[in-house]
Amino acid sequence: MKEMEFRTASAARGGLLFMKGVPGVALGDRAAVRDHRGRLRNGLVIRSSNDLVLVEVFEGTDGLDLERTWVRFLEEPFELPLSRELLGRVFNGVGRPLDGRPPLLSPLKRPVNGAPVNPAARAYPREFIQTGISAIDGMNSLVRGQKLPVFSGSGLPHNRLAAQIVRQARLPGEEGRFAVVFAAMGVSHSDARFFQEDFESSGVLGQVVMFVNLADDPPIERLILPRTALTAAEYLAYDLDLHVLVVMTDMTNYAEALREVATAKGDVPSRKGYPGYLYSDLAEVYERAGRIRERRGSVTMIPVVSMPSDDITHPIPDLTGYITEGQVVLARDLNARHVYPPVAVLPSLSRLMKDGIGRNYTRDDHPRVASQLFASYARALEVRNLAAIIGAEELTEGDRRYLAFADAFENRFVSQGETEDRTIFETLSIAWEVLSLLPAEELIRVSEEEIAGHHRFQPLSGEVHAA
Amino acid sequence: MGEILEINGPILTVRLPQVVIGEQVRVGSLALVGEVIGREDDRATVQVYEATEGLRPGEQAEALGHPLSVELGPGLLGGIFDGVQRPLDAIQKASGDRMARGLALPALDRARKWRFEPAPDLHIGARVHGGMALGSVQETASITHKILVPPNLRGKLVDLAPAGEYTVEQAIARIQDRHGPVAKLALFHRWPVRTPRPFRRRDPADEPLITGQRVLDTFFPLVKGGKAAVPGPFGAGKTVIQHQIARWCDARIVIYVGCGERGNELVDVLESMPKLTDPHTGRPLMERTLIVANTSNMPVVAREASVYVGITIAEYFRDQGLDVVIVADSTSRWAEALREVAGRLRQMPVEEGYPAYLASHLASFYERAGRVETLSGDTGSVTLIGSVSPPGGDFSEPVTSHTKEIIQTFWALSKQLADARHYPAVDWTESFSGYVAASARWWETNVDKSWAARRAEALALLSQAEELARIVNLVGMEALSAAQRWTLEGASLIREGVLQQSALDEVDSYCSPGKQFLLLDLALFIYHEGMTLLDSGVPVQQLLGLPLLSKARRYKSRYRSEEMEALKACRDEIRGTFDRIRTEYTKPVERAR
Repeated sequence: MKEMEFRTASAARGGLLFMKGVPGVALGDRAAVRDHRGRLRNGLVIRSSNDLVLVEVFEGTDGLDLERTWVRFLEEPFELPLSRELLGRVFNGVGRPLDGRPPLLSPLKRPVNGAPVNPAARAYPREFIQTGISAIDGMNSLVRGQKLPVFSGSGLPHNRLAAQIVRQARLPGEEGRFAVVFAAMGVSHSDARFFQEDFESSGVLGQVVMFVNLADDPPIERLILPRTALTAAEYLAYDLDLHVLVVMTDMTNYAEALREVATAKGDVPSRKGYPGYLYSDLAEVYERAGRIRERRGSVTMIPVVSMPSDDITHPIPDLTGYITEGQVVLARDLNARHVYPPVAVLPSLSRLMKDGIGRNYTRDDHPRVASQLFASYARALEVRNLAAIIGAEELTEGDRRYLAFADAFENRFVSQGETEDRTIFETLSIAWEVLSLLPAEELIRVSEEEIAGHHRFQPLSGEVHAA
Repeated sequence: MGEILEINGPILTVRLPQVVIGEQVRVGSLALVGEVIGREDDRATVQVYEATEGLRPGEQAEALGHPLSVELGPGLLGGIFDGVQRPLDAIQKASGDRMARGLALPALDRARKWRFEPAPDLHIGARVHGGMALGSVQETASITHKILVPPNLRGKLVDLAPAGEYTVEQAIARIQDRHGPVAKLALFHRWPVRTPRPFRRRDPADEPLITGQRVLDTFFPLVKGGKAAVPGPFGAGKTVIQHQIARWCDARIVIYVGCGERGNELVDVLESMPKLTDPHTGRPLMERTLIVANTSNMPVVAREASVYVGITIAEYFRDQGLDVVIVADSTSRWAEALREVAGRLRQMPVEEGYPAYLASHLASFYERAGRVETLSGDTGSVTLIGSVSPPGGDFSEPVTSHTKEIIQTFWALSKQLADARHYPAVDWTESFSGYVAASARWWETNVDKSWAARRAEALALLSQAEELARIVNLVGMEALSAAQRWTLEGASLIREGVLQQSALDEVDSYCSPGKQFLLLDLALFIYHEGMTLLDSGVPVQQLLGLPLLSKARRYKSRYRSEEMEALKACRDEIRGTFDRIRTEYTKPVERAR
């Protein structure tokens, strides 16, 4: 059977090839599709009966003519060869080299659809990763094994932020034990080059594996690419004991490819034409982040999700948010005011922060300082809205302090340089610096001892005269 | 023996004559198990509990002759099971870090021996019926597990084993049916998950379930045997609320069903539960807890089954006369699993792709909650709390709106509150409870007679403040009168000093009913005292500047539930503060001198 070529394609559309009369083909097996010019494409069996076999073709079905398309069913699942030589290489979504070097050969191969990790075998992530970015470290801390997406919009600096995280994210004392897996789906040539140059200039390229599908590459390949990339990441983490940071950009392109295939298959659409299984499918990808007990490495994931029309309730960011352990949301108005990184801290969240910060991890007051910043900034934004309506002059003195706090918080705490790498202690002192714009009685989420230790109330300029 | 005709994701078409809908089927060389969900001629549609990659058309299919059932007996507590009740630690022993497929593992440990004590009042020849206790096993220090006659069996007791050590499979009794054969009973029996276990009659549910969470217990109470839903967009804190309830509620048994949710959060439950103590018994929480886990990356069909596995185990403990709480996080994932299967079967979608039977499936699931008189005459209850994950946080979507029609307590979580880190982000205008009157009796007998009045007053204050806040947003604070500004402060005191409760604060994570009432009472006391001072001409600025106000917001984390006397003493301090101001204002001349 493996050697037999079938020329029984009855239809081809939307990246799917419909094969008639091929009996006994296993679901999930690879297929080699040969077109009339003799070129090979990679296929995957996604539905099988003796009458009809559906093959997903990663290079797309463009240019296939049914009469001169030959398909071989390889009787093996889609696998990726794995070895240390992965590091420093560039591949496409199906694992073919794009860097002009020979294909990776290794006796060790694993199916790219990894079996789910037994929840009982997982270890709870609790090691704080310092990214050097105050809005993340201070208020939405990342821990090893977490999946924390960046929700962004077109034109916002999500790629620069992702690159900065890759450059700066370290755990002190374990510098040598990290690797980066970069999965690009449908990104532009310039974005791909930006990442490559950034990795090069920061000297991490030797620790990076790139899987790249560009904007003009076949979209169907985007369906397999994150799975291939994560198979590499899991190998690096659990076989080579490395702490792996996986950057995936852009998951919206992935979901759109999924919708394209679902439509071609005739699946019943649920929201906005996406298939009902979008949640399960995204979960298969995202849930591969984590830690496993008694394994030294970890897989930490930073997916980039661009929100169509900046809509956080769009199915892709929405379902992502239900699977990931929080989100870092970028905001257009902050970006317009030249706040970099333009992190909107209120809708941002890190679910795993609570056990990775505080005593033994960062600093004792960290959880309460973060909570206080959230509460005060939420109040400050209300005041800013009010000021926009009635004018800042009409505000009470207390409210004017909040206005000053909002500005300082955004310009001093959130905003920082693209190469500025703040320690968590620097982040916390800036936090106290901006909190000092508010009187101590307003700070009920930090303890009285902490106020005594860190709070240096600064009256507003001009307040002395008023008093 | 039949064969596989088609594989379409988790859905198979098999040629298998004479199978029954609901029957279990084993397919292929991988020996995967599934369930018949449709029949047409000699073909059956089967949904498979595990990933179907590698199955081929032509492989064999075999009907197993029984529906999806769970094993009910000693050894369930403290366990963690997958969506079809396979123990996850046994799977780990068999297949390592990752879930291998086709493992047939029994839910209950076959080798472990339990100390069985026969019921003292039973004698050979007695007439026994379903639900009667044949004896008991001390399963954990806090739970005595009654060994029940399976519900649909009745007859004469032929044999009852003496006290001793038995495995779950060893026969401990024989029962002679009037017509039928002699049934051998072991420490466990099986029950099909999609069939509710029978009981004598439903009883009114009127005892509140105390969760230790103020906004739930005091404002939107749930009763033992009640039904509640926690809807909210992602990040609003559904999971934390469910964890808090699982940790602190005063039920005897807690079943946590992690249905299509995050692996890492489930590990949080697994790692933290054994370290926590039950505030009601002082025993480790894990002794009363059982987890059914199907994370979002685990197979979707088993996800659909997991909520039924959970509720059936809950009913089994109810039948022993216990109060059981089942927490299902998230019922939306279950509904989506239904939708996914329906979509693959090309069933006509009605709303947002959901099949037409969504509402009836949800209703019959929630109806399995309740307080009942069991077959043996005891009282037991199943309280069901389902979280709902509406897409985009839109409560008008099908799962939320259908659920809302079925449940009695609705804890609506709000994105705005969560964004401001007001946790638990239970929105006091959207939420409701149909159990307030029933709970009031308990609170008034056990805590304070003025409970219902205080609660209503606080809610009125909150809604009054919300209207005032709207005015402020239009024309600014200056437009408000002194009394109105004090009202805003009173509401803010209730929000920050009573409603907000940190799950991470060691002192405040659990709040006893007495402390709940006292915190509310003190906040209202401050509000009223301030109002009277305003009436006697004290400027509102002076009141708003009182350090007492930020102090009162910290009472909740300063005083433990056991330190009620110290908390009560705060009332004197408050009175003292206000009395001093009153004195100052009634003797202005002396003060000036």
